[in-house]
Amino acid sequence: MTERTPYLISGDTGDWEVVMGLEVHAQVASSAKLFSGASTEFGADPNCNVSLVDAAMPGMLPVINRKCVEQAVRTGLGLNAEINLFSRFDRKNYFYPDLPQGYQISQFAHPIVGEGEIEVDVEPAHGDPAYSFTVGIERLHLEQDAGKSIHDMDPDSTYVDLNRSGVALMEIVSKPHIRSPYEAASYVKKLKSIVVALGTCDGDMEKGNLRADVNVSVCKPGGYDKFRETGDFGHLGIRCEIKNMNSFRFIQQAIEYEARRQIAILEDGGSVDQETRLFDTVKGETRSMRSKEDAHDYRYFPDPDLLPLEIDQTWIDEIKADLPELPDEKRARFESEYKLSRYDAGVLSSDAEKAEFFEAVAKGRDPKLSANWVSQELFGYLNKNDLELVETPVSAAQLGGLIDLISDDTISGKIAKDVFAKMIESGDDAGVIVEREGLKQVTDTGAIEAIVDEIIAANPEQAAGVREKPKAIGWFVGQVMKASGGKANPGAVNKILREKLGA
Amino acid sequence: MTDLTQLTLAAALDGLEEGAFSSVELTQAFVDQISKANPSLNAYVVETPERALDMAKASDERRAKGEALALDGAPLGIKDLYCTKGVRTTACSGILGEFTPTYESTVTQNLWDAGAVMLGKLNMDEFAMGSSNETSRFGPVANPWRRSGGDNAMLTPGGSSGGSASAVAADLCLAATASDTGGSIRQPAAFTGTVGIKPTYGRASRYGMVAFASSLDQAGPIAKSVEDSAIMLEAMCSHDPKDSTSLPVETPDWRSEVGKPIKGMRIGVPKEYRLDGMPDEIETLWQQGVEWLRAQGAEIVDVSLPHTKYALPAYYIVAPAEASSNLARYDGMRYGARVPGDNLTATYEGTRAGGFGAEVQRRLMIGTYVLSSGYYDAYYLRAQKVRTKILQDFERVFEEVDALLTPATPSAAFAYGEKSDDPVAMYLNDVFTVTANLAGLPGIAVPAALDKQGLPLGLQVIGKALDEAACFRVGAAIEEAAGFTARPEAWW
Repeated sequence: MTERTPYLISGDTGDWEVVMGLEVHAQVASSAKLFSGASTEFGADPNCNVSLVDAAMPGMLPVINRKCVEQAVRTGLGLNAEINLFSRFDRKNYFYPDLPQGYQISQFAHPIVGEGEIEVDVEPAHGDPAYSFTVGIERLHLEQDAGKSIHDMDPDSTYVDLNRSGVALMEIVSKPHIRSPYEAASYVKKLKSIVVALGTCDGDMEKGNLRADVNVSVCKPGGYDKFRETGDFGHLGIRCEIKNMNSFRFIQQAIEYEARRQIAILEDGGSVDQETRLFDTVKGETRSMRSKEDAHDYRYFPDPDLLPLEIDQTWIDEIKADLPELPDEKRARFESEYKLSRYDAGVLSSDAEKAEFFEAVAKGRDPKLSANWVSQELFGYLNKNDLELVETPVSAAQLGGLIDLISDDTISGKIAKDVFAKMIESGDDAGVIVEREGLKQVTDTGAIEAIVDEIIAANPEQAAGVREKPKAIGWFVGQVMKASGGKANPGAVNKILREKLGA
Repeated sequence: MTDLTQLTLAAALDGLEEGAFSSVELTQAFVDQISKANPSLNAYVVETPERALDMAKASDERRAKGEALALDGAPLGIKDLYCTKGVRTTACSGILGEFTPTYESTVTQNLWDAGAVMLGKLNMDEFAMGSSNETSRFGPVANPWRRSGGDNAMLTPGGSSGGSASAVAADLCLAATASDTGGSIRQPAAFTGTVGIKPTYGRASRYGMVAFASSLDQAGPIAKSVEDSAIMLEAMCSHDPKDSTSLPVETPDWRSEVGKPIKGMRIGVPKEYRLDGMPDEIETLWQQGVEWLRAQGAEIVDVSLPHTKYALPAYYIVAPAEASSNLARYDGMRYGARVPGDNLTATYEGTRAGGFGAEVQRRLMIGTYVLSSGYYDAYYLRAQKVRTKILQDFERVFEEVDALLTPATPSAAFAYGEKSDDPVAMYLNDVFTVTANLAGLPGIAVPAALDKQGLPLGLQVIGKALDEAACFRVGAAIEEAAGFTARPEAWW
């Protein structure tokens, strides 16, 4: 692992640093809502998963769902965070048609989870090496989701679907410890991997079950270090919040755009207005949603319909004892069990799907070879083509089959790469392709000897040279491989050449 | 058969049990009485005679099979604050339009489960905000009592449970549900010569009660006697998992407290309840109460509740603050009245300006203000601190005494319009009652005497948390000593 190198944007007046803090909203994996028994199932017909409480009928009262509290505690433990034995629900008051109560029940002053931290691995990108960094977690709190306003069904009306109204969300707030667009995406990936591993959120960003608000500011180089020394946010510059992004790509694009927008303003002698912005995914721009002056006065106050939430340490300990393997633990295990490098182990354990894929491939096979094929060849291909692992054209079993062919000397590593490319194209198994294309490695020493003899005979001078300079044997190896169409077993070729050339 | 309506709940239940009359006969008597009196009194805003008679018939059948329940066949009035399945419930606010719940409040469900009969929904101040029943969308309720000496001014029955108090006092039901956020059970009871008790916060479920101020609202009955109020409260209370603030406690047998001796009980008399400008009659009545209790063997102890004077201001911050949030749901989007506008904001504004009355709007403005950024600490937070001090005052005093005796109200019933121009004068009605709400304590108002104008005055007994038993026991002792048998002359 290498050191973290600062990400700088060069402007007309010099370089700028970018600093970010994220608020990630993760929908709690629970069959019922935070304060009502209504179902949270996705895809139900509009307004079918709505209880009297969710619709804020007169006289209806919230009752906390124990499962959601447990999930928040579990997540807090996964974030290495302090679990607050006392927390409280507050009302955040504002009017909107998809907010039936006229307030959101949230935790403002006393969140259920306090400070924690997570280690984020950054995969190599843009020619930079891999590294890891620590992000401080400020807090995690539970809150209700709002319903959904649908503006495009009718020219004159807005339709409201309350199925999401009251669904439990965990808002995970980071400290401003994130310093590049890529780090921001890596942080969200790490959070996602943790909550998915814990089973506290399905991490489905497309459905909006995990989404991020990013606070972005820019400052001159050194500003971040001064902030870390003093705790004075003033060194970080004035921030804007970009709301509600649900893809790693958009997060990076939005930050990149926003940072440059702020730099342009500052270099022009202006000042950044603290405001909330939206990312227009079509134009690739952020635009103002509401300014600080227009900000709501949410009139937070403790919800008098709910008692403070008091939990006991024994329960937390029980939950802790029951935690599944977390990504960091998995990485450590991959390092020790499979003898992988920290980097490889990190990449392969970063999310549950990747880890599961790798372990399926590595089962009963050479772990290093498996790791290389999974992380370099397969992930390399997926990254290059912007594909998620679920979209992989080559299954774990298929990749395992390919590795088996390498291990039993049916094909060479080099041929394997060609076979892999053909697997991606055709979706066929490696064995089928090797058979069909006649790519089986030639290990028949007689056949190889014939080729070797032919080439030595045709190149007497080089053959004499090898006797004096054994390293020159490589040229012969290449010639033999070429003549065999790459199918000759390189080990056998070497061995025969050495015998024949006396090297 | 009109006599039947004059029975107490206890006597009516006895009569039903003895077979002296059926629930259908009893219910019919009330239905007749309501149709005769309600045009004058305006106590009921919804009458449900058919449902009442169906329920009465079912009750008679149960009783015939020997399966009679605790309140079987007893016709009751229900404050319009309680959601009643299939029966319009609006908390007497225009904003709820013709809202008809598809669900039943826990308190009323408990009553139906005990066999009670619903006569209809009772008038109240809009969203329980008021002390005179003037703020109801359905117009004011008349107090059955009138001043002696030919002054026929229409008096208020108090509020917010004005319909409940008037209906009980005028024999339009055996007993009624009410609710109390700052005195809304006890003040109307005192104004109408009836008994009203607000139990400990959390005794009764708030599920299905239209919320005013969640941390203060409590259900309770208004009834004709202390014993009746005990019977009612026992049936109304329960632990309810649907209300997070409902206490997980058993409901005791309170009826048996009535008539138990008070000898040896220590009764506190808080000096801070002696107000400047309080009518002599109130002071005299209070002294009379002290003497009655002393005569029955109670020990009277002068006590001090030093933060009492801050209670009313604190109440008028906390209650509006919670109300401003609780009433945000009335936005014209899902149910109730809607005044469509050109855009969303105009729709909100039109709906809420048109649907809420002036007093509700005043309190929503106050509540919004005190919760606003920059004012929260100075108002809401400070009021909560005062609330803690008030609770501590009570806790300290209750180490020495078993219950407190105070006047129920600073005056007798007043005439309509007398205080409606002066919100502060109106708010002062709650001065003796709000403390129990702020501290979550039980308080009972018991009629004790008539003033010079022939209007009822009440005394209040405040008990320790969960010690409604003391309220009933001491309340019954006052009732016994006062021998309050006066009844309003039927003019309706």
